Amino acid sequence: MGRTGPPPTKGPHAIMGITRDEVAHLARLSRMSVTDAELDALAPQLEAILSAVARVAEVAAADIPPTSHAVPLTNVFRPDVARPSLPAADALAGAPAAEDGRFRVPRILDPDE
Amino acid sequence: MSTAAPASALPSYDDAIARYEPVIGLETHVELGTVSKMFCGCATAFGAEPNTQVCPVCLGLPGSLPVVNEAAVRFAVLIGLALHCEIAPWCRFARKNYFYPDMPKNYQISQYDEPLCTNGWLDVEVEGEIHRVGITRVHMEEDTGKSLHVGGATGRIHGATHSLVDYNRAGIPLVEIVTEPDVRSPEVARAYVDELRELIRALGVSDVRMEQGSLRCDANASLRLRPAPGEPDAPFGTRTETKNLNSLRSVERAVRYEITRQAALLDDGERIIQETRHFDEGAGRTSSGRSKEEATDYRYFPEPDLTPLELSAEYVDEQRAALPELPAARRARLIAEHGYTARDLVDMRNAGVLDLVEQTVAAGAASPAAARKWWLNELARRASDTGAAPADLAITPADVARITVLVAGGELTDALARKVIDGVLAGEGTPDEVVAGRGLAVVADDGALTAAVDAAIAGAPDIAEKVRGGKLNAVGPLVGAVMKAMKGQADAATVRGLLLERLGTS
Repeated sequence: MGRTGPPPTKGPHAIMGITRDEVAHLARLSRMSVTDAELDALAPQLEAILSAVARVAEVAAADIPPTSHAVPLTNVFRPDVARPSLPAADALAGAPAAEDGRFRVPRILDPDE
Repeated sequence: MSTAAPASALPSYDDAIARYEPVIGLETHVELGTVSKMFCGCATAFGAEPNTQVCPVCLGLPGSLPVVNEAAVRFAVLIGLALHCEIAPWCRFARKNYFYPDMPKNYQISQYDEPLCTNGWLDVEVEGEIHRVGITRVHMEEDTGKSLHVGGATGRIHGATHSLVDYNRAGIPLVEIVTEPDVRSPEVARAYVDELRELIRALGVSDVRMEQGSLRCDANASLRLRPAPGEPDAPFGTRTETKNLNSLRSVERAVRYEITRQAALLDDGERIIQETRHFDEGAGRTSSGRSKEEATDYRYFPEPDLTPLELSAEYVDEQRAALPELPAARRARLIAEHGYTARDLVDMRNAGVLDLVEQTVAAGAASPAAARKWWLNELARRASDTGAAPADLAITPADVARITVLVAGGELTDALARKVIDGVLAGEGTPDEVVAGRGLAVVADDGALTAAVDAAIAGAPDIAEKVRGGKLNAVGPLVGAVMKAMKGQADAATVRGLLLERLGTS
């Protein structure tokens, strides 16, 4: 029987409070447009959610590893066998735009980059 | 401003390395040669029509779930073992979150702080000297899609109006092999990639075609002042990472260029900016790949859709036992058993005949040298004349072995052997069948040969007299006359012996 969990983590997971700047950073990483008013509203809401989840840390002793998977399974594999793919037309059907059999996406870099 | 080439002229490479020591590390991505993708059953064939090898999993459609390809894990373990790594008894996949259209999920499944393989090494030989390159880690991940950038200059992303994405490659299993910053010259960097490619080819886990992108290399390079005698090494300088080098030559050239570029900046008292750079093969220069994107923040976390890997010691031992002979061991064996030189092995490998030569020796060639000679000098040239690989020629190692035996036994001359090869390649059968069918055997029949010798002597009495007088070298034209009369089907050394005997000088 091998180990059933990851090694213990290095330190406590205290939630220090989430700032308006952090919400703005997350929004940029997610390419979401968030207004100033929304930032003001979201920061305290996210903090409330994280604080609620963080209560788990109160009952987890130092020897309890963080849980990444809810079921104690390892090594779920599939054999290396090719199976039919989607027809290209079906694959592209849900795309906002397509061209030459490919997904068409907006400009990646700004013109001045 | 030090992202572009420096203002002053670049120093020569020799001048740069006289003062600065390069510190180089390499990251190599290798596409594994599985039949299906890393997490779904889509095929992995190169060159298929765009978006014909995609499914809900590799397109990241809602509700789809990835499942790990067993062969991809096994191949990655084989690579780790061949690189003398430790194999993690327990590890997880991780999500690398980033927003870029080459990954439809907006994250790449990779490994982060729990790589499958760690702490190995690979020995690399350059000009007779062994350099040990430490392997930091080998981890598994999935390849990204391919983008075509439209509307800009020559397909560049800069200035493009939009991009078109093909996800056939998205989800093909990759390993990323990361070295320690142990490499100290562009030549060793190149040799490392070359040796790694040979190793992976020998394992049979990837076709390692750099030109098709199944092996791609990023080179990290920095400079530090060479210490005065007796002084400790200086700390590492700031590095740059030149991405997507797609040939051995590019690896060497890009690193060489970075060394001169960074040396010029340091000479001017500038700082090196840590950044990714791109290598322009045509110009032989690197350029900044920096964009206004924010500092990377991949927010890695354990992939919840995949279970952890827990590889038992028995499983790892089984894979270790399944390792084939690796290139370094093979080279040592070929040198010891067959008497080849290291140079011979490089020549045979570069000509694509090393396997064939070894098979020819195994098939009973007259000697390893003869097997090498016929494949390297004759057959490799014929293959390149027709644009084929030597292995695709219509002649087998057993055929070549037979030809070397016939030559060694005096039944064929080299010239006749070439005609036999003509016949085998033309589909006329085995070497023996071609010899019989074309009547190519060396004429050993004394009657015909003796008659031709006598005729040659009678036809050139002046030459015959010189030879009789002791000028043995004068016999050449007589040998030529006999060979002509025999239509090449005699052994020149035998003819020379017969002539000298007849002329009473032997």
